[in-house]
Amino acid sequence: MKIAVCVKQVPDTWAEKALKAADSTLDRDAADGVMNELDEYAVEEALKLTEAHGGEVVVVTMGPERAGETVRKALSMGADSGVHLVDETLHGSDALATSYALAEVLKDRGFDLVMFGSESTDARMSVVPAMVAERLGIAQLTFAQKVEVSGPTVTIQRATETGYDTVEAQTPAVVSVVEKINEPRYPSFKGIMAAKKKPVETLSVSDAGLDAARLGLSAAWSQVEDFAARPPKAAGTIVVDEGDGGAKLAGFLAEQKFI
Amino acid sequence: MLLTEKPEYDDLRAGVRQVCADFDGAYWRGLEPDSYPEEFVAALTAAGYLAALVPEEYGGGGATITEASVILEEISASGGNPSACHAQMYVMGTLLRHGSPEQKQRYLPGIAEGSLRLQAFGVTEPGAGSETTRIRTRAERVPEGWRINGQKIWTSRALYSDLMLLLARTTPYEECAKPTEGLSCFIFDMRELRGMTITPIRTMMNHNTTEVFFDDVVIPADSLIGDEGRGFRYILDGMNAERILIASECIGDGRFVLERAVAYAGQREVFGRPIGANQGVQFPLARAYASLRAADLVRYDAAARYDRGESCAAEANMAKLLASDASWAAANAALDAHGGFGFAVEYDIERKFRETRLYQVAPINNNLVLAYLGQHVLGLPKSY
Repeated sequence: MKIAVCVKQVPDTWAEKALKAADSTLDRDAADGVMNELDEYAVEEALKLTEAHGGEVVVVTMGPERAGETVRKALSMGADSGVHLVDETLHGSDALATSYALAEVLKDRGFDLVMFGSESTDARMSVVPAMVAERLGIAQLTFAQKVEVSGPTVTIQRATETGYDTVEAQTPAVVSVVEKINEPRYPSFKGIMAAKKKPVETLSVSDAGLDAARLGLSAAWSQVEDFAARPPKAAGTIVVDEGDGGAKLAGFLAEQKFI
Repeated sequence: MLLTEKPEYDDLRAGVRQVCADFDGAYWRGLEPDSYPEEFVAALTAAGYLAALVPEEYGGGGATITEASVILEEISASGGNPSACHAQMYVMGTLLRHGSPEQKQRYLPGIAEGSLRLQAFGVTEPGAGSETTRIRTRAERVPEGWRINGQKIWTSRALYSDLMLLLARTTPYEECAKPTEGLSCFIFDMRELRGMTITPIRTMMNHNTTEVFFDDVVIPADSLIGDEGRGFRYILDGMNAERILIASECIGDGRFVLERAVAYAGQREVFGRPIGANQGVQFPLARAYASLRAADLVRYDAAARYDRGESCAAEANMAKLLASDASWAAANAALDAHGGFGFAVEYDIERKFRETRLYQVAPINNNLVLAYLGQHVLGLPKSY
């Protein structure tokens, strides 16, 4: 089976993130870039599936040149090849534009499954997998905590607040995964060395046959008009117990509408 | 930050850091004073880093010494202590260059897949430290193989290793034309032996070092590496690799303490300004940085020469000398910069201070590095 895994480079989860004053987009130089954590789970699951059923894993990313690091990381985990869509025109693309670009790159490549992490730690919208499925006209199996493939049938456990739903579709299909699904492997020494020799196809917007007018900040459906840094933590309120501490605490909680 | 730019190793560094990220300061502190980092070594082994120097035909990584040095440096720089497993890297040279095809086939695939550990290297004895040729542990031929009697000291990780590489006298010192003759190298599986007693030695840092007693221990005849009597040569071959790898660990230690100290000095305010604004705090850190960078360049030079198969004894020795001095100076400056908190265990500075101090003395005393440089590089008379 042929599996595509879409991965995204995001700012290090623990780093202080910043927006650029010039265009209100993410300042990618302000923090180290890492592979979006949930995408690691998607890569791991794709590797497990091809280890069990045979086939190949192609990792696909859209992002600036530096996002190539994320492709190489997936290759060092064991993916077979990469596709990197990189172009200035893509800068500032919203979820609609991203899904358009990814779907165009993915279509006609014969993938049985297209896998995603269920959300990215920077934008946290969780919509791109569904949008890509819609654009490709194939089934979407999202929030998977378990994936099984049997012939042309793919079955997932879709995580819900109270448990899970069992959802089934025919390939080709989109699958997005949650962190319960597995424990991603470390890239191994041999994997890291081998990754240097694996093929990565670099595509520009025109290589991919994309319509530049549908991409980038100017085409985005939402605009950031203003932003401000998170306010510093204010000092806490100290309740001095003069025999009425309990009443004062209850009053404070009531005032804040906690009780 | 704090690196000599070698972008070709960025992926390798990131890979090692990802393993290390699961083993934070609390993990290493929790092992003090003398527990072995089993979980860390298992994770590192599973990801193939400890088999990096095993050739690919035996299932290993086929790495260069430069790549191996980057792995160990990154463990140190993450706050971990690679001494728990570095021997598997530096003793490999003796087995690879001088071991028989049968010995390699017997051990290397197991080491590569992680089912066998080669972590113990028995050389030093109570009566013979830097003067290695004075060792007295004897190996005598017997019908069943070789019979070993004697005692080794500072044999680190012997309790956590399956295999041992041993240097022993097969001809007594007095009967040899030259002191370096009559020494032989052996590799064997310790788990199958009777008569070996291993006693841990508590030390200033967590190093899992031991004393090993051999009391009529019989090892198989095919344990001998290469030719009988040429063991000193074979051990020397691994020494340059060891110097380069230890230098790299020191560079990593230096990066760790310096990054911590710089962060602390920039944030800790006294008299209304960060303490890093004071030259008394800032300059020792700046000097330590310069020394680390310089040592790092010599380390890469030594490693590149080693990888090209060139002579690198002078560079490997200088790398070890400069890097251990630089990491010690950095740890000392970091301790000063942290003030009282540097002595608090939870800051990890005092631990690194203890760990990196070792490398002024081991695996070779820095004075003997100077003696080597004076005599063999500068051509001055022997000083000892």
